[in-house]
Amino acid sequence: MAATKPIPTLRGEEKVYFEEAKNGRLVYQLCRDCAQRIFYPRTVCTNCMSENLEYVASAGKGTIYSFTTLHVPGHPEFADDVPYTVVLVDLEEGVRVLADLVDCDPDDVKVGMSVEVLFEAVTEDFTVPRFRPSAQ
Amino acid sequence: MRSVASGVVGVGYTDISPNSGRSTLQLATEAAQAALADAGMTAADVDGLVTYHLDDSDPALGLAQSLGLDDPGVMVDWSDGGGNLACGVVGLADAAIRAGMAHTVIVYRSLNGRSGRRLGGMGQGVDTTGVRQFMTPAGWTTYPEMIAMWARRHMEVYGTTPEHLGTIAVKSRAHAKDNPRAQKREPITLDDYFASPLICDPFRLYDICLESDGACAVVVTAMDRARDTAKPPVGVLAAAHGGTGSGPGADLADVLGMGDLARNFGYAVRDRLYGMAGVTAADLDFAEIYDCFTASVILQLEGFGIVGPGEAGPYVAGDDTFSLGSKLPINTHGGLLSEGYLHGLNHVTEAVLQLRGECGPRQVPDAELALVTAGAMATGSALVLGRV
Ligand SMILES: [Zn+2]
Repeated sequence: MAATKPIPTLRGEEKVYFEEAKNGRLVYQLCRDCAQRIFYPRTVCTNCMSENLEYVASAGKGTIYSFTTLHVPGHPEFADDVPYTVVLVDLEEGVRVLADLVDCDPDDVKVGMSVEVLFEAVTEDFTVPRFRPSAQ
Repeated sequence: MRSVASGVVGVGYTDISPNSGRSTLQLATEAAQAALADAGMTAADVDGLVTYHLDDSDPALGLAQSLGLDDPGVMVDWSDGGGNLACGVVGLADAAIRAGMAHTVIVYRSLNGRSGRRLGGMGQGVDTTGVRQFMTPAGWTTYPEMIAMWARRHMEVYGTTPEHLGTIAVKSRAHAKDNPRAQKREPITLDDYFASPLICDPFRLYDICLESDGACAVVVTAMDRARDTAKPPVGVLAAAHGGTGSGPGADLADVLGMGDLARNFGYAVRDRLYGMAGVTAADLDFAEIYDCFTASVILQLEGFGIVGPGEAGPYVAGDDTFSLGSKLPINTHGGLLSEGYLHGLNHVTEAVLQLRGECGPRQVPDAELALVTAGAMATGSALVLGRV
């Protein structure tokens, strides 16, 4: 039996991000001053230092940029989950996110594979985005 | 090209083991004393200390007290510092000497990395702070998992293969045979490599360095003094520290910020590094390349211009590369993969011993110019060391 999953303490922009996930939205930020797309959420633009950032919901579709399949857990919290695959996903909107991949045999994972987001509640208060192979 | 201001004049180690049986302060003190003895110096000569750690060691202040230093001009804990700093700390000592803040600096790293607090992995709390709050919940928490993403990307873009990675493990181990400090000295084959368990694909057990207990230290002093020490000085010809510049990611875990995971920090720092020393990659006699994982060697061979983009896999698998006796021997002590993980500073110490011609059966003939690197991902540091 694995230990309880690690859950960040939600305070600022991460609170927005994970609350949006709970509502079924994968959000990134768009800079209103320079149009930079930003992930993960921050308080200033990574390009122009503007604080004029808005949250935008992604359609949740993208392709796998890279991945690793864990056969040994890095921490005991994930001991019951191995083997599992963590993916870097390039979303169609032009930002890269990291999540785990479900509904896919580790042997079938490929760079470039089309994936789509889904959301899973870890606890009553905390939901994470995950990805699975696209339906089509 | 700039003038040489400082030289490494002393090298010290403790034993490297899975369980030191003593504190990190004791290990640091032993390594510092050994380095001073090697230089023919005493603690009275020292006016600076520089170290780096991840809150897993004693602060420089502790070593200052342990050595009884009186009013050192420089005491630096480059904190939250991973292996990316293992060359940068020597650069910092050189900078402090150039600035007149210190004359003789001990640079060291001490850790109980196997029996005590292990870096980022089992046995310590999982990190959900900073950028990791967006990554840890996905079950992506430790360095092998992080660098596996870079390895996979390099394989995808350039066709690098598991055989290429395995060859680095095999050739490194062959060097450790002649290194009494090394923890793993039995030769391995590619079959052994493929029989070792998958940890996080594409990394197997033999792709991953040996978490270790131990310490090592170097004494860096101004060139005017360096000429008079017990051993011939090894000049700090160049030092550079930086990041890829391909995106906003600078945090080690900030993989999302890096545009191209097939290219790491080497591309960003190499021109100023070689320019500072007035050399090119073709001039090097040997290289000690940071090998926390096999794949980090691949990325750095390309990043530091030893081969072109995508050429490192076939290069390491060549018949007459990497090994002692080849044109450019790499990781002559067996590397972090086979000697042990003193967090990369043991690449610096080995390079100094090679340049002094003290490495016995694993000695690189006529070793005059060395590249030493530190780091695997977005940021890192490097040195060019040479006889002066
Ligand atoms: Zn902006």
